Amino acid sequence: MDSLYRLKPYFRRHRRLLIAGFAAILFSNVFEVLVPLIIRDAIDGLQEEASMRQFFEYGAMVVIATALSGLFSYFTRQTIIVASRKIEHELRNDFYAHLQKLSIPFYHNTTTGDLMAHTTNDINQVRNFLGPGIMYSTSTLIGFIIILGIMLSINSTLTVLALLPLPIISIVVFYIGRIVHKKTIGIQEQFSNITSRAQENLSGIRVIKAFTREDFEIDEFKNLSKEYYRRNMGLIRVQSLTRPLLYLLVGISLIVVLWYGGNSVIDGRMTIGDVTAMMIYLGMLIWPMIAFGWVFNIIQRAAASMGRLNKIFDIEPEIKDGPDTDYSITDLQGHISIKNVTFSYQKDTEPVLKNINLDIPEGKTIGIIGFTGAGKSTLVSLIPRLYDIDRGEILIDGHPIKKIPLATLRSHIGYVPQETFLFSESIRENIAFGKDGMETHLVERVADIAHLSGDVEDFPQKFDTVIGERGITLSGGQKQRASLARALARDPKILILDDAFSAVDTYTEESILSRLRDEMRERTTILISHRISTVKMADEVIVLDNGSIVERGTHDELVQQGGIYANLHQKQLLEKELDEM
Amino acid sequence: MAMYSDEIVGKAYDASLMRRLLRYLKPYRKYVVAAIMLNIVFAGMGPLRPYLTKVAIDDYILVGDHTGLMMLIGILFGLLIAQGFLQYVMNFLTEWIGQKAIFDLRMQVFGYLQRLSLRFFDKNPIGRLVTRTTNDVESLNDMFSSGVVTIFSDIFVIFWILVFMFFMSWELSLVTLIVLPFLFYATWVFRRKAREAYREVRRHLARLNAFLQEHISGTIVLQIFNREKKARDQFEKINSDYRDAYMRSIFYHAIFYPVVELISAVAIGLIIWYGGGNVVQGTLTIGILVSFIQYTEMFFRPIRDLAEKYNIMQTAMASSERIFKLLDDKSVIPDPEHPVELDTIRGEVKYKNVWFAYNENEYVLRDVSFHVQPGESVALVGATGAGKTSIINLMTRFYDIQQGQILVDGVDIRTIRKADLRKHIAIVLQDVFLFSGDIKNNLTLGDESISLDRVREVCAAVGADKFIERLPRGYDEPVKERGATLSVGQKQLLSFARALAVDPKILILDEATSSVDTETELLIQQAIQRMLKGRTSIVIAHRLSTIQRADKIIVMHKGKIREIGKHHELLAQQGIYYRLYQLQYKDQIEAQAIENSGSGG
Repeated sequence: MDSLYRLKPYFRRHRRLLIAGFAAILFSNVFEVLVPLIIRDAIDGLQEEASMRQFFEYGAMVVIATALSGLFSYFTRQTIIVASRKIEHELRNDFYAHLQKLSIPFYHNTTTGDLMAHTTNDINQVRNFLGPGIMYSTSTLIGFIIILGIMLSINSTLTVLALLPLPIISIVVFYIGRIVHKKTIGIQEQFSNITSRAQENLSGIRVIKAFTREDFEIDEFKNLSKEYYRRNMGLIRVQSLTRPLLYLLVGISLIVVLWYGGNSVIDGRMTIGDVTAMMIYLGMLIWPMIAFGWVFNIIQRAAASMGRLNKIFDIEPEIKDGPDTDYSITDLQGHISIKNVTFSYQKDTEPVLKNINLDIPEGKTIGIIGFTGAGKSTLVSLIPRLYDIDRGEILIDGHPIKKIPLATLRSHIGYVPQETFLFSESIRENIAFGKDGMETHLVERVADIAHLSGDVEDFPQKFDTVIGERGITLSGGQKQRASLARALARDPKILILDDAFSAVDTYTEESILSRLRDEMRERTTILISHRISTVKMADEVIVLDNGSIVERGTHDELVQQGGIYANLHQKQLLEKELDEM
Repeated sequence: MAMYSDEIVGKAYDASLMRRLLRYLKPYRKYVVAAIMLNIVFAGMGPLRPYLTKVAIDDYILVGDHTGLMMLIGILFGLLIAQGFLQYVMNFLTEWIGQKAIFDLRMQVFGYLQRLSLRFFDKNPIGRLVTRTTNDVESLNDMFSSGVVTIFSDIFVIFWILVFMFFMSWELSLVTLIVLPFLFYATWVFRRKAREAYREVRRHLARLNAFLQEHISGTIVLQIFNREKKARDQFEKINSDYRDAYMRSIFYHAIFYPVVELISAVAIGLIIWYGGGNVVQGTLTIGILVSFIQYTEMFFRPIRDLAEKYNIMQTAMASSERIFKLLDDKSVIPDPEHPVELDTIRGEVKYKNVWFAYNENEYVLRDVSFHVQPGESVALVGATGAGKTSIINLMTRFYDIQQGQILVDGVDIRTIRKADLRKHIAIVLQDVFLFSGDIKNNLTLGDESISLDRVREVCAAVGADKFIERLPRGYDEPVKERGATLSVGQKQLLSFARALAVDPKILILDEATSSVDTETELLIQQAIQRMLKGRTSIVIAHRLSTIQRADKIIVMHKGKIREIGKHHELLAQQGIYYRLYQLQYKDQIEAQAIENSGSGG
């Protein structure tokens, strides 16, 4: 339960609403319990031959008491449930804000699906406790005390007799709730087994068809489905028992009242009105008794969920401004020096980068060539501090990047990541992503450089066309060009293009590059590519192999050297020849 | 993202869908009828109790009959037990029917998916198909169980209450029932409003989830572009909208329950006022009055339950429509009506003027013809997108061709049953697909006619036996999903063994390009040699050793066969093959050379 303490400040913020809610619960209960008393008097009035006017008054009083109780019950929901929704809202905001701060290593170890589950299911469980949990437990407690008092005052022996079976209800609900929860988890597990089996089967459908294993697969799936059916029936067996069992216990109480009460009436110790009122009160107690058991489960689940949330809340972002951060650095020119950098993603594993030394003067362009897995992307991801290095040093304009405020550092970099990620917003918003209040002509300008303008012309709402699920689907090449425009839009001092043209055909690439040349003159540019044509015009090209720089020089020099670069160059010429055949 | 946009809007009843759905209850007809009968009987038991209370008050308590009261208590107790028992049986039965029906439906959907052709799978994302077999089927559960059966129970509860009330006093009944229209109206309005409000909530929730999904996946981009603050603001806005939508639905709940209470309070008030006067005048008994008060409490539940059915039906209609659309898909490659039997084959393969397109008129194979003699080994080479994979896809009728003919032993493959054809052909795909299970199962794919000895034999033949025997549990070693714990080379050897296990006459091999260490490479090369021996084979070759040993090399370029011949002949031509060779295969000689000099020195 300790995990729920974190909610304290949230409670405090909404204490007024909650206190008002508790008051409303009290009043609602007070008026509600009046009704059976009025009915009792009315029924007793039958034998005393009361007047029509009196009966009208009794009837009217029932309606008025109920109306008042209803009014306060309305207030209860409007305060406590509303407060729970507000707290849920704040908790979710805080959770998301926290997620945002966490760095990339965290995201490598946690799937989006897990985080989604936290922000939806776990927060829901906590909300369940905040709203219905608190409302019912308070209401139950208050109602129970008042009703018990009244019943005792009517007839204490009968009260004790009638209430005997009721605690069993709480216990039954609590235990059945637990069993049901456990069995439900078992069912969910089997459901996800079925889901993964279907997923696997459909992913491997070619193999299955090639080896004509369809019937076998159907049999296997049938076994899983049968197990699922079996587990469901296990739950049903318990669940079907719940209602009859509750009704049986309540029924026994009612029969006890009728039996003991009836005999007391005959003996003149009670009135019929008393017995009727007792029966109605019993009816009122059933729900609180059920709620007791239920609320217990809710609290347990909420505590478990909050525990999971706390675990994430307690993770500190790895990459952030530290005590050494020099906030006087607000402007960068773009001279990058990489000195003796060795890097591995996890401690004690083979380094991905080995002793890299590279100096890129302000405004120069460097090309990086290498096979998949050579460490190209890793190297450039160190510059905006997506990862921190522990051996070697990276400096910009002579400042170690750890001293540059993170926001300043990143705002001077235009990054086109290898995997293009755009958001389901308009093209304009995607391009102006890193630049607030960007003017239209500037958006158009960078789109033009990225060779995107022609495509945008064909979209239904031009730059305001929304992309993604709710809008149009962009081709791989269009996405890359939009990503390039987004990077250029920041007017960055440092431009990093990580294989930014892989989905763009060579012809378009060439025309983009020729436009880019002007842009690159005032920026330090890093170009990663598989294609020689992309890096040909760089001031210097380095070839990375297995984490080390193995060749460096201008295009012509490297072709002369006859190494990896020259070989690649040769092959790309051949490919071009083939393509034209 | 699609998984979070589960907007359900649509009709709650569609006669043709409903008829089709009810067919799934047919096998359980008897039980459905029994459940309905039980429901009708059970529906009467609840309303009987207030009546018995009336009898207790009027006939025994007021006359002072202790023994009579005792007897009635006994009856009430018996009724209670019977009621509990009946309810248990009933609940169990209805749920059981629902489970059975969805089991059948799920198996039908899954079985049908197995029959659909690859064309269908090219068009439909796997995720969506998984949802059809799982969630969509699941959401029909409520409809099959409570939807069909308990609707009778709700109606009959109301019916029985009315019967008892009118039997005791029709005048007081009419007075009490004045409130009924209000109760119906309030419930109806609430259901509609709550449904609308809830739809809004779901819409906002879908937005919230979509936003989160996207922004969690794109956190890196957010951070690089310093967009954290803006995204947070956006999120807070969406989150607030979601909260506010919920607040509106709270309002309806907050007002509805008190209103219902108020309506029954009015009924009680009327009973006291009108009934009270009548009791005093002697035209009504106290017992009747007390029982009427109890009946007012009983009305509400069945009415609310009936309103709930609307949601169940709406969901069921939406899901069943999606499911039936899948079951109505006709992309099945049919077996011929009068198939040619093909028990044993020699392994001759002939492509005659084959034209093929995945999408209409975008031909990926144009007029492809070639001939493979039994036992001959053919290597397919060409650049990416040249049409190599399409050629092998057609061989086993994964797709049917638009023009031309493919013949095995001179028989058009369209006149053979697919299972018969595939029995003779084994395919090794480039991307090795392993199933979760154990090693042995991955080799036999569940075919029990393949013995463990046979499995060992083929593993030895491809050289997979050594690593398998080193695994802690040998052939029983569990394989994780997609074979995550095995190396690339090991997976390839397993896929070779899998193909050999069925002892095919024709072997189709799409060599993997991924690089493996030298030792494994040697193992793989030896395995390939052994596999090809004595079999007709068509290989998409990425290995120098494979093309050098092939009896015939077919050079594909832009959907056409451009060159056919042996390695040296083709090299001499200095055409496409010559260039491909330099691009794709020549390095392997150099690598070998380096390797040899390395190990030699």
